[in-house]
Amino acid sequence: MKKLIKSTQQWLHKMASPRWFYQISGRWLPLLSLLTFVSIIIGVIWGLGFAPQDAKQGNSFRIIYIHVPASFLALVGYYIMAISGAIAIIWKIKLADVVMKSAAPIGASLTFIALLTGAVWGKPTWGTYWIWDARITSMLILFFLYLGVIVLQKAYAAQGLSNKAAALLALVGTINIPIIYKSVDWWYTLHQPATIKFTEAPSMHPDMFQPLLIMIIGFYLFYVTALIVSIRAEIIFRERNTSWVKELALNLKDKRSI
Amino acid sequence: MNNIGFLAILRRDLLLAVRYRGDLANPLIFFFVIIALIPLGLTPDSKELSEIAPGMLWITALLASLLSLDGLFKDDFVDGTLEQIIILPQPLYFMVLAKTIVHWIVTGLPLSLLAPVLGLMLSLPETGYLPLMLSLLIGTAILSLIGSIGAALTLPLSKEGVLLSLIVIPFYMPVLIFGSNIVVLAVDGLSIASPLAIMGALLALSLLISPYVTSCALRFSIYG
Amino acid sequence: MPDPKNILMTPASVKTLSLKDLSFQRNEKFLFSNINLTLESGDILQILGQNGSGKTTLLRLISTALKPYSGEIIWQGKNVNGIREVYLEDILFLGHQPGLKRLLSAEENLVWWRRLNKTNLRKNVYAFEEVGLYNYKDEPCNYLSAGQLKRAALARLCVSEAKLWILDEPFTSIDKDFSIKLKSLIVSHLRRGGIVVLATHQDLKIENMKYFSIPDLSGANSE
Repeated sequence: MKKLIKSTQQWLHKMASPRWFYQISGRWLPLLSLLTFVSIIIGVIWGLGFAPQDAKQGNSFRIIYIHVPASFLALVGYYIMAISGAIAIIWKIKLADVVMKSAAPIGASLTFIALLTGAVWGKPTWGTYWIWDARITSMLILFFLYLGVIVLQKAYAAQGLSNKAAALLALVGTINIPIIYKSVDWWYTLHQPATIKFTEAPSMHPDMFQPLLIMIIGFYLFYVTALIVSIRAEIIFRERNTSWVKELALNLKDKRSI
Repeated sequence: MNNIGFLAILRRDLLLAVRYRGDLANPLIFFFVIIALIPLGLTPDSKELSEIAPGMLWITALLASLLSLDGLFKDDFVDGTLEQIIILPQPLYFMVLAKTIVHWIVTGLPLSLLAPVLGLMLSLPETGYLPLMLSLLIGTAILSLIGSIGAALTLPLSKEGVLLSLIVIPFYMPVLIFGSNIVVLAVDGLSIASPLAIMGALLALSLLISPYVTSCALRFSIYG
Repeated sequence: MPDPKNILMTPASVKTLSLKDLSFQRNEKFLFSNINLTLESGDILQILGQNGSGKTTLLRLISTALKPYSGEIIWQGKNVNGIREVYLEDILFLGHQPGLKRLLSAEENLVWWRRLNKTNLRKNVYAFEEVGLYNYKDEPCNYLSAGQLKRAALARLCVSEAKLWILDEPFTSIDKDFSIKLKSLIVSHLRRGGIVVLATHQDLKIENMKYFSIPDLSGANSE
């Protein structure tokens, strides 16, 4: 039993080692990138080109193949950021700190894409690029939450202080997200604006749903790949004074001079 | 021992607030001045003003409260008093709560009491006066509590004024939604029980959680 | 001769402070690591080191304002994390800044401080007489000079019941006469069985003084 605990502890410690992560991720990255690329290409071509037209919206609905996965990942990405931040401050694992720092801008960009594609969808559907409906408003507030975390991170980094405050902010944000979504919902139904009610495709035809599924998977893969690439860069930067990084750099240099 | 510590900080902060009355007036003057901007920027028409009055009053009160937030810990941070408070045997939770309560007494409370007068200036119907004050009393208390988290997080930063607002505002949005709604419902003659209950719940939640989070934030932000 | 790491292994006596394998990191670099030392009643420890080497950090670690990267602080045989309230009641910390509200008078500041900390039965006037501030105790602190502010802060030493004094550069800003007074306050605290840990550049010439030098780790490899 003691052996089991000891080996788990060692494994956890190993997992938390930046160098180990760098090496392992290096092996998986090519495959991940390939899968990401493939699934997104398939999803895009299928969804934008071959899926059947929508009865009401015609071809303009196709933007959901980007909008829906982006919004989904934007929300999931926030929780990934907050949870890794929590791990960093509670268990003081440096790698978790790196994950959080890398996850923030990726999540924020996805939120922005969701908002942008939402606007693109809005023009043909409701005649305007922006509409204050519950989902888009919630997404906007999520964007502000991301921006707050990123700005706080940068301000602390500029003064050479640690990332703990930003991690705490992200964590407090997770409590706030359900409250925000609920209150925005409430706010929207309360005012019943005279515009067209935003309907999500209630039950999608399988022919429309399948490419969406592929896009969601593709976006997940994209998120993970982008995260790993970003983490690796950050690891190299943080460990730039260690011997293994210097060795790595020298090896690369040698390879290039050949 | 807890009570003594809590009261000691409460008394001291109140004493300081009284000694330096400049801080007290600023949010009120801001509130007043911005409300004057609204008709100038929009319309002098009473009917139109009365329609936007609840929201504008709430937004302006929110901003005025926000402005006074960065002074919450700054002074103690600079003169070394905060350092002493953090290493007290009394839980930091109560010390933070005491400071937050004083902050509310000095900003939120006066704002809420002044609000109906400004409501008059924006043609808010009379039925709205009391609900406005009530919603602001609860709302500004929540704002002080949640805002203290932001104040603590931005404490060691140099240009924290704008940053503080950016961080805190997303957390204020639900409070704004329900708070202004209370006034709107009251003006329309409808029951305000529902949003009032929600505000009460938010207040209870922030009373429980905010001082604790702020304590953690203080420990992180001061010493890294 | 200053002894860099004076390690005493004794069973837990009435008042002991032990640091075990204490280390602290900032920005991925260790400020110091594996500090081991023990202090007993009547001991005084002077912390030496370059500016920015971590003297203040070490003092803050001992006061528990900061948490160490690894290692323990042990007070009277128990880890301070477990006896937090008891430990904090037993310590007095004076940092770089005086810790006084400028809008309040020296006396008002002391009254406030006494409400929050464990103090003896001596009156405030006694404290202000001791530090030579009796004539200024009712002036708002923003009218006091730097030296007077320091005296006002040090007035706490006269009324505190704390057994462990943690002082960060207590001799700055004060004149020679008061330095002598401060030294005598420290010595009487030691005679009563207290412990003092302080960071200062002054050469105090107190009997049985212990020293700890923080190694300068910038640029070099750790330890």
